[in-house]
Amino acid sequence: MDGSGWPRLLPQGDAALVVELDDRIDRAVSERVTALADALRRAAIPGVVELVPTFRSLLVHYDPLALDFAGIAGRARELLAGIAVAERRLRLVHMPACYDGELAPDLAEVAERTGLTPEAVVGLHGSVDYHVYMLGFLPGFPYMGDLPEPLRLPRLTTPRVRVPPRSIAIANAMTAVYPLESPGGWRLIGAVPVDLFDIGHESPALLAPGDRVRFERVERARFDDLRVAFAEGAAKLAVEEVAA
Amino acid sequence: MTAALIVVQPGLHTTVQDGGRIGAQAFGVPVSGALDPDQLRLANALVGNAAGEAALEILHVGPVLEVAAPGVRVALAAFDGALVLETADGRTVPAWRSVTLREGDRLRVVAPRHAACAYLAVEGGFDLPPVLGSRSTYGRGGFGGFQGRALAAGDRLPLCRERASERGDLRLPDPPAAGDGPLRVVLGPQDDRFTPEAIATFFASDYTVAPAADRMGVRLDGPSLAHRGGHDIVSDGTAWGAIQVPGDGRPVLLLADRQTTGGYPKIGAVCTADLPRAGRLRPGDRVRFAAVGVEQAQALRRAHEAMLKRLLAGMVPADARVVDLEALYAANLVSGAVSGFEWDDADAAVG
Repeated sequence: MDGSGWPRLLPQGDAALVVELDDRIDRAVSERVTALADALRRAAIPGVVELVPTFRSLLVHYDPLALDFAGIAGRARELLAGIAVAERRLRLVHMPACYDGELAPDLAEVAERTGLTPEAVVGLHGSVDYHVYMLGFLPGFPYMGDLPEPLRLPRLTTPRVRVPPRSIAIANAMTAVYPLESPGGWRLIGAVPVDLFDIGHESPALLAPGDRVRFERVERARFDDLRVAFAEGAAKLAVEEVAA
Repeated sequence: MTAALIVVQPGLHTTVQDGGRIGAQAFGVPVSGALDPDQLRLANALVGNAAGEAALEILHVGPVLEVAAPGVRVALAAFDGALVLETADGRTVPAWRSVTLREGDRLRVVAPRHAACAYLAVEGGFDLPPVLGSRSTYGRGGFGGFQGRALAAGDRLPLCRERASERGDLRLPDPPAAGDGPLRVVLGPQDDRFTPEAIATFFASDYTVAPAADRMGVRLDGPSLAHRGGHDIVSDGTAWGAIQVPGDGRPVLLLADRQTTGGYPKIGAVCTADLPRAGRLRPGDRVRFAAVGVEQAQALRRAHEAMLKRLLAGMVPADARVVDLEALYAANLVSGAVSGFEWDDADAAVG
């Protein structure tokens, strides 16, 4: 442990270890969380059940009949000392996005609150490559950041009862896509034509922590065509490997 | 037609659950699985299944099922429930033993009054496709179990076996104790986000399970817990049994269908030895919490596992003498004393 007090290795009950690397949302912290998860996976420690990477911490679920807290915390600390994130290659996912009409029920309000035109909101949303910090809340739901400063608004005071699947949403410094129909309190500014979660796949979530996502605007007619093509399995998302 | 159990009445919320969907939490997929893994394991053992085989989880009101197979062996795990067989002799079969049914038999599950859940296991399990390695139903996601939802009248639950094996029926002579006393909690990981007074209050107060209780978790009514430095944390992973405290200061105990991550501070997490009890909580139940260290919690878990292994090792053939016992239980049931199934004597025996 350095003078900053991090990392903190804490129990969450007797079957989970939290490895907190920081208390901030930060891309470099997130990369270290992912690297620690990779290192633990490679170490294949008997009794480790599964790993859940989040913004600034890794939750290690373990079998308390096979491992004790001090033992798993000690191993995690050793692995943490050896992790390197520098040379990793990333997946950049080119994500078609449509910001038109009823696909974007909150776009006008976001424009009004930010003092921008709807066109400018859409332009800003597509102007950066987002980092996938983690999946959570719903199966396949990606927390992506960071949203350009001018677009940052709090969540809705009253969440919607039904958010349509594949909606593009924003809240605070994050953007996301709802994989399933669900209640939700984020503002909806568009939609993607591709499913983010498919139980038919061995790896059911389209995105993984550490991925980069670039939203690329398409007009409504093209969006509708793509939706059909993706639903039928006839279209494939453009994904390239890029240097970190 | 393939062997099946037909759902005549579904009960209140009957779902297929197994040992849980392990390995998909990093994708945001909840673990699901039995609210009470002990009862699932015991019910499965009584029909010769592996501990985590898929069975029916029955909440509050039991289903009526009809056998559409040459034969099937079933067993009910329930703290004060029973099976009523609508057979020619109209038998009532207590929980904690298996019974072999024939084509056309109907069984009604009398759900327990003092526990939220009970489990009905069938020998060989249900012939349902695993989703991400599990047959557990995740209702919110609409997948797993039987068509991703709770059972409805008319459903046909396909069985892996056409008839019961020759190995005979089994019973547990010393059924498990329901247990009482406070739920033991390991403090943290965000105990530093509560005032010292809030932590003292949490461990010194009675809480009541609110009506808002489901497979995701139970909300607890009682003294509000004050945060220190706000009630939002940077979202992190949630363990089974974690107790998160949203802005209103009312604790929420997270159960089988919990979200994989959450943004509220977690004051502590119920130790795994007490999770089966937590899963059995019903609205209106009183609950208290007691602090234990993580080493102590793990020792409790080892003792709990040893207790379960002793129970399982004590399984015996369900012989003729049991039938007499059944008649006694049946008499109790007829007179309305369902809660006469008190296992306090067994309590002392299993320690």
